[in-house]
Amino acid sequence: MKVLPKTSQLRPPTLARREARLAYIMILPTFLIVMLIVILPVLWNAWLSFKPVRLGDLARINFWTLDLSLRNFQTVLQGRHFWPILTTTLVYTIGGTVLSIFLGLLAALLVREAFPGRGVFRGFLLFPYIAPVVAVAFVWRMMLNAQFGIVNELGVRWFGMQRTAFLAQRTLEVSLAGLHIKWPLALSMVILFEAWRYFPFAFLFILARLQALPDDLYEAAAVDGAVPSQRFWYITLPQLRGVFATLFLLRFIWTFNKFDDVYLLTGGGAGTQVITVQIYEYLFGRYNIGAAAALAVVLGLVLAVFLVIYFRYLAVEEA
Amino acid sequence: MSRERFELTLIKVLKVLGILFFGLMAIFPFYWMVVLSFRPLQEVLLEPVRLWPTWENVRTLSTYKGVLFEQGFTRFIRNSAFVSLITMTLTVLLAILGAYAVARLRFRGRDLMSSGILLIYMFPAIMLAIPLFVVFQRLGLRNSLSGLIIVYMAQTLPVALYMLRSYFQTIPADLEEAGLIDGCNRFAVIWRITLPLSMPAVASVALYTFMIAWNEFLFALLFLLERPQVWTLSLGVQQLDNFEVPKTWLMAGSVIISVPVIAIFSFFERFLTKGLTAGAVKG
Repeated sequence: MKVLPKTSQLRPPTLARREARLAYIMILPTFLIVMLIVILPVLWNAWLSFKPVRLGDLARINFWTLDLSLRNFQTVLQGRHFWPILTTTLVYTIGGTVLSIFLGLLAALLVREAFPGRGVFRGFLLFPYIAPVVAVAFVWRMMLNAQFGIVNELGVRWFGMQRTAFLAQRTLEVSLAGLHIKWPLALSMVILFEAWRYFPFAFLFILARLQALPDDLYEAAAVDGAVPSQRFWYITLPQLRGVFATLFLLRFIWTFNKFDDVYLLTGGGAGTQVITVQIYEYLFGRYNIGAAAALAVVLGLVLAVFLVIYFRYLAVEEA
Repeated sequence: MSRERFELTLIKVLKVLGILFFGLMAIFPFYWMVVLSFRPLQEVLLEPVRLWPTWENVRTLSTYKGVLFEQGFTRFIRNSAFVSLITMTLTVLLAILGAYAVARLRFRGRDLMSSGILLIYMFPAIMLAIPLFVVFQRLGLRNSLSGLIIVYMAQTLPVALYMLRSYFQTIPADLEEAGLIDGCNRFAVIWRITLPLSMPAVASVALYTFMIAWNEFLFALLFLLERPQVWTLSLGVQQLDNFEVPKTWLMAGSVIISVPVIAIFSFFERFLTKGLTAGAVKG
């Protein structure tokens, strides 16, 4: 019996099918690049984290043998450094995130109403965010330098401060009401840098939301006799909750994954070691690719846990 | 004085102070970078707080000459320009095609593409760094600029595609259908109708891709470190940070790398600001 070809092969492809085919062709290059450079590496990173691979073995090693073990995770997690590093990372991330959003809010409130030169001023505020990280990190290091930094010079001259290596000194003894506190100095500086560099991002988000707030809300409140501080507290802030939530999420993720800033400012020294810099350290300081990959997996997992907590307990409805 | 009046006056005063504070905070580091970049280190050590360089400093340009001609910065500038321009061109080209498909054409998996693309953007760069380092080493792509360009494309494509898609969706489809009925094929429609209408979005995506590639540091450090001939500017500046190079040369390098970005931004600020909130620059 003769097999008839399916009708679809006889007829020219339908319009819908031609459209779909065209779409696949158009999206293919992007899809391939993202697959090869993002998705596959992430999967392969997980595979490497179970294998004993060192930098020197790269040329010879067979990556597909099944010599899998949890050794790398032991190295990474049992090292007496892991908990301090995780704590530092969280303090750095939360501190940088909250402070940058706070500064962004202040800046947005300033720019909300017109004043002469507002456009230029707004442009200036964005400089820290768009400038190359290498340049701004180094100028901060110059300004905080113990030998000739302007902060030290002016601090000594005007406030009788002691010369301080802001980015190289782990803690500062502070006496407050009879209490002696060891304030983490270098870490605070790194957090300040973070806040300085990323407040423009929060600023733009908050400003856009502020300018979209309807005037009648404020008019009604003014009629009811609310003074400016009350209007801010009971109208503006509640209206911004959604933006704050989005900003916190984005900035948390990006700061948590950040490598450049800490690496360039302190190299991870003086109590500023964060997970990403530690991964780099495993890779090029100890030539241990397996351990670096394992720590990268841990980084991803901690981030995932945070996201679960965020969406489960902290997320507020978009206003 | 009523409480209303009192608060309004207070706010006025605080506003002036706030504007001064924020202006100084945002701009001073850049001003200081420029001042230090002109001064020889010995002079800075003798007189650390000098709010402007002497005419002599500016005339001789000794730090800039040192960085450009002794530290190989002319080459780094070329490398950075090459990497950024190629990344920009290829990313914009591919993103236009992809964004158009997602915005206009019906195909299975469209919604997945549409929402998945931004998720990609959240992946930690350092997680990709290790496997890519290993693979590039094996393929001989390490210490080459082409390897770096592919990585930069992967880093910029998702958000470029997302931004263009959003823009394409605002263009009425009727215009394109008219073109299709008149006998243009899809690519002619994109070229003649969609793109001319989307120039602001295309331009801002192009500028962002350029700026991201120009500023990038981590992958340049991972992939290029062993071959100074292929260093980009950000790696070149970072490598000035050693005991043989005077610290003010570092500032000259920082000025050189910052000027193009600040110039582009100041010139095109109006339509770049929108992209910042769309998350164009992951920072």
